[in-house]
Amino acid sequence: MDEAIRTILAEHGHLPVDVEKLRDEDDLYQAGMTSHASVNVMLALEDEFDIEFPEPMLRKSTFESVAAIRIAISELAGA
Amino acid sequence: MTVSEDLGIELSRRAERIALEVAGPAAPDVDRAARFPSEAFDALRDASLLSALIPRELGGEGATVGQVADVTFELGRHCASTGLIFAMHQGQVASVVRHGRTDFFEGFLTEVAERQLLLASATTEVGVGGDVRTSVCTVERDGTGSIRLEKMAPVISYGQHADAILATARRSPESPPNDQVLVLCRPPQVTLEPTSGWDTLGFRGTCSLGFRLVAEGDESCILSDAYGDISSQTMLPVSHILWSSVWLGLATAAADKARQFVRAEARKKPGVTPPSAMRLAELIAQLQRLEELVRGSARRYDQQSDDVDSLSSMGFAIAMNSLKVSASTLVVDIVNRAMLILGMAGYREDSPHSLGRILRDAHGAAIMVNNDRINSNTAQMLLVHKDD
Repeated sequence: MDEAIRTILAEHGHLPVDVEKLRDEDDLYQAGMTSHASVNVMLALEDEFDIEFPEPMLRKSTFESVAAIRIAISELAGA
Repeated sequence: MTVSEDLGIELSRRAERIALEVAGPAAPDVDRAARFPSEAFDALRDASLLSALIPRELGGEGATVGQVADVTFELGRHCASTGLIFAMHQGQVASVVRHGRTDFFEGFLTEVAERQLLLASATTEVGVGGDVRTSVCTVERDGTGSIRLEKMAPVISYGQHADAILATARRSPESPPNDQVLVLCRPPQVTLEPTSGWDTLGFRGTCSLGFRLVAEGDESCILSDAYGDISSQTMLPVSHILWSSVWLGLATAAADKARQFVRAEARKKPGVTPPSAMRLAELIAQLQRLEELVRGSARRYDQQSDDVDSLSSMGFAIAMNSLKVSASTLVVDIVNRAMLILGMAGYREDSPHSLGRILRDAHGAAIMVNNDRINSNTAQMLLVHKDD
């Protein structure tokens, strides 16, 4: 799952740094992900994992790190 | 009646008196000369209204955003420049109240209340294309704990009349453009060198010149929360609610003039409803929409203000964006309707019924922070937002 998340971040996150060099807990917004880019990341994640992020999960903290995204996807996939 | 309701009524009364006796009478000259409404702000300071949002334990009035929206409405009804400056100031105060939980910022808020300091903001920057969520300039550190900031700001409203300025900047020279902090810049450690003037159609009293800002300070002057969070939870929603309250004031002023005119027409021919009365009925329906929108949004903010999760949600952001777009569109519609009712009396600049200043001010609503930018941001969120 981590590999897919990182691929999506590399493609849609428009990060000025190499995604592979980010640690799981690194703050993606501080690494340069704009809110505009984060929406594209959300769309790509929904498509890749065949999920829909419900309204309560559509907030900055859900997508703030690779680890946070993994937890969110696991919750939805397990539900 | 609760203490809180009492406070709201008391604050609105203070504001109404200032609006009628000071801000309103000065408004034509403020507009003509494009000058800062200093007499209105002297009166607002005397009435302690600049610290309305500051908690009582720090010397303020402890008012809610809804109560301050009512104050802003009263001011906007008689001098929209005064109302808008007041609204922008309160947006900054609200941000420091929520996000400045340090001894330094509590001390600063105490001083704002004691000395009735006026706060301005420097968020836009040359080179970011109007996107306030990115910065070019950065906090510079020399290793001794001092910080320095240099910013080319295309607009700092009432910058030359403010007692302090909150400026956005990148967290450090290594930070990407969206990793922003908010920095308190205070004289004498801040200098403003004007780079452009302010000769606009409306809101002329806001004196929103461009400046080169250079500020110095130390680490304590940086608010600890990221600017993205300050903006989404506080600065943007409070600003949109209070700006909309100014526009509601403008729309109400236009409606007041239309009402007087229709009544005068009716008195000329008792028993015959003048044709303009139908137009007035339509205008009042639009005004009601605007009133309910603005007051409902203020109520929503106050109800959710302790729930950071809900303030950070996409649904809330969309609602606060839509408030700005709807209110700024409705105010122009309402003033246009008033113009048709008043006819030449409203069109003339030299008539007591003139809508000139109101019309020019109303058009600023959609332009100052352009509705297209806000709609494109909302459109992006709607790609993933679910209404459930």
